Amino acid sequence: MHIPDGFIDAPTSAIFGAASVAGVAVSLRGARKQLDERAAPLAGLVAVFIFAVQMINFPVGAGTSGHLMGGALAMVLVGPHAAVLAVTVVLIVQALMFADGGLSALGLNVFNLALVGVWSAYVLYGLLRLILPKVRSSVVVGSFVAALVSVPVAAVGFVGQYAIGGSEVFGLGAVFSAMFGTHVLIGIGEAFITALTVSSLLSSRQDLVFGWKAPLRSPVEV
Amino acid sequence: MNNKRFWILGLLVSVIIAGVVSYYASSHPDGLEKAAEEVGFIGDAQDSAVADSPLADYGVSGVEDERLSVGLAGVLGVLVMVVVAGGGFMLLARKPKQRN
Repeated sequence: MHIPDGFIDAPTSAIFGAASVAGVAVSLRGARKQLDERAAPLAGLVAVFIFAVQMINFPVGAGTSGHLMGGALAMVLVGPHAAVLAVTVVLIVQALMFADGGLSALGLNVFNLALVGVWSAYVLYGLLRLILPKVRSSVVVGSFVAALVSVPVAAVGFVGQYAIGGSEVFGLGAVFSAMFGTHVLIGIGEAFITALTVSSLLSSRQDLVFGWKAPLRSPVEV
Repeated sequence: MNNKRFWILGLLVSVIIAGVVSYYASSHPDGLEKAAEEVGFIGDAQDSAVADSPLADYGVSGVEDERLSVGLAGVLGVLVMVVVAGGGFMLLARKPKQRN
């Protein structure tokens, strides 16, 4: 879902760029508090892994493909702040090295994939953790659902950006319906990759999984 | 699983995914591109300012073999990610200690 340059006009891109800088700054502060020398290497590895898996576009039918966003996965493994930073680093490297996602669109992409992707997953995962039994398999179920939902939510983020700064030739309803259904399907792929990765980490190194070891807090408290 | 094995395995899996499995990725347009085609605004897309970079679109320019080209690009990307993300997070986590 990397937005190229040109889809969204420059002023809107600049506004979302500023919002993304602010969001990343909050997470820099949060991650500095949260990460210790044990968790930091895992955050790095998660970013590396997300970069690698994002190279794998999987088919979702009708001549369309999708790939992992990774926000929910990173959130469950290393917490929301480090997750925002991990996905942001992936997006910066992709935009600068591989011309994947526009340069002026970087703020738009960080907003949707890092900020919206991670925080929507965080809130949903937090709610699910309150409801689900306190067993390890709940972490996998919660990851699955949070990952699935985070993708169409991020797609709606794009629709919002399009509403503000996209071409006025095309109706917003058409943009929404073209985006939403496909991204629910991509979300299912996201959910399986996320649940599989979380479950293999739970069985090998559960001591490292934020979504399992973190104390229960209200879902909106950071 | 002991610590050392865990990190080696994690990196190895990433290198294999980016360096080998990436060749088999679907080449269909992604959800956003497809939507842009359907709705009609795909023509608004402009080339990135770095579209001519030697690694643009996950290929190494000059490397003819598609499998090698995407694989090399993937492994290079993983290496850069290890340095930037790995190094960045380590620095971030170390800071408070230096202050104390």
